[in-house]
Amino acid sequence: MSVLQALDIGLAFLVFAVAAWTIFAPGAFAATVGYVVYGLLLSLVWIRLFAVDVALTEAAIGSGVTGVLLIGAAARLRATESGAQEKSLSGASRVFAAALCALVALALAAVVLLLPDQGPSLAPQSMQHLAETGLGNPVTAVLIAYRAFDTMLEKVVLVLAVVGVWSLAADRYWGGAPGEVRAELPEPTLAFLAQILAPLGILVGIHVFWVGADAPGGAFQGGAILAAMWIIVMMARLTEAPQTNAVWLRLAIVAGPLVFLAAGVAGAIIAGGFFAYPPGFAKPAILFIEAFMVLSIALALPMLVAGPPRREPPR
Amino acid sequence: MTSATLAGLVGAALVGLGLYGLIANPQPLRKILAFNLMGSGVFLVFGIVARKGAAAGLQADPVPQAMVITGIVVAFAASALAVALVLRLFEDTGQATLDPEAWAKPPDGGAGAE
Repeated sequence: MSVLQALDIGLAFLVFAVAAWTIFAPGAFAATVGYVVYGLLLSLVWIRLFAVDVALTEAAIGSGVTGVLLIGAAARLRATESGAQEKSLSGASRVFAAALCALVALALAAVVLLLPDQGPSLAPQSMQHLAETGLGNPVTAVLIAYRAFDTMLEKVVLVLAVVGVWSLAADRYWGGAPGEVRAELPEPTLAFLAQILAPLGILVGIHVFWVGADAPGGAFQGGAILAAMWIIVMMARLTEAPQTNAVWLRLAIVAGPLVFLAAGVAGAIIAGGFFAYPPGFAKPAILFIEAFMVLSIALALPMLVAGPPRREPPR
Repeated sequence: MTSATLAGLVGAALVGLGLYGLIANPQPLRKILAFNLMGSGVFLVFGIVARKGAAAGLQADPVPQAMVITGIVVAFAASALAVALVLRLFEDTGQATLDPEAWAKPPDGGAGAE
């Protein structure tokens, strides 16, 4: 057994054990902390699958930003936990549910084992046209060129989620600032961390976005790192969360999908196809779209973590 | 067994674990957590489909990878909305439970609603 095989098996057991902890941990807070660890371990599995772009996204969004969201919620819901344990399932239905879930897992495992070694693939097609996009990273090419419509709609989902979260505000707070992310009291250690980490993190975020054209990285990963930096700065109370009725904020959040859609329509007129890019001009167009996507992601994710407005807007 | 198959088996186990948490855990937040776990298991199974599509000098098919990246972002957006709903329920009623019996009797001290 080689070192890598041993590593794979160890990693598999570790991922499974931490996943089991997030399900069976006695407290919701402990479970969410387990979920963050789980996400980071899972990104190592993605690296072993040679999917570095996915690993970056899982670490930044699946583990990082989702982790902040869930830990914050678990801390606020702590008071409800004591009563909840009594209402859990009875022993018999627990066994039945476990049997059912084991059956689902076994069926999926069988499918995994029955997969052919060489499956159908779109890799040749995506490499064939890669030169036309001017990009070097085929995953970015799929996201922004070949399946651009999907990615545009996914940006719309982010906007809809922000609208949905903001809509949960009490009437009197509509348009005010969210108050969720801030630490209760000024925390000198956190403030120090934010002052040191944020400038570096912003550089790393922009770098990950920029190299995404040719290497693993891209708008999602870079935008998520920028979003994390803003979340840290807000948590450390170095800056206030913005008013949700601020025009710049709303414009910046819709800018990503809007510019993307405009480019798609322009492609229909100039390049002869919806979301087609004119030959020789594809890479500048893609980077232009991605820049606005990064902006939207970097603002939408912290707003989703911050939750609905909780302070009255200034009159 | 290749590392891709092993990762696929982990994905299958994660789907089972997440599904169990979704059914057995009474708290809404734990259900959201379990649902995310189940989702990442599905992504992982899809990931080995990408790995098995290695061709043309690539180690993995880029199309499923891009779809998983899109999926992770959408899963986060859905989780954020779900968490916001649970927190609003807690603020207005003082409890965060999906138990119909808890709602049949008047909530104790749940005067948070406007």
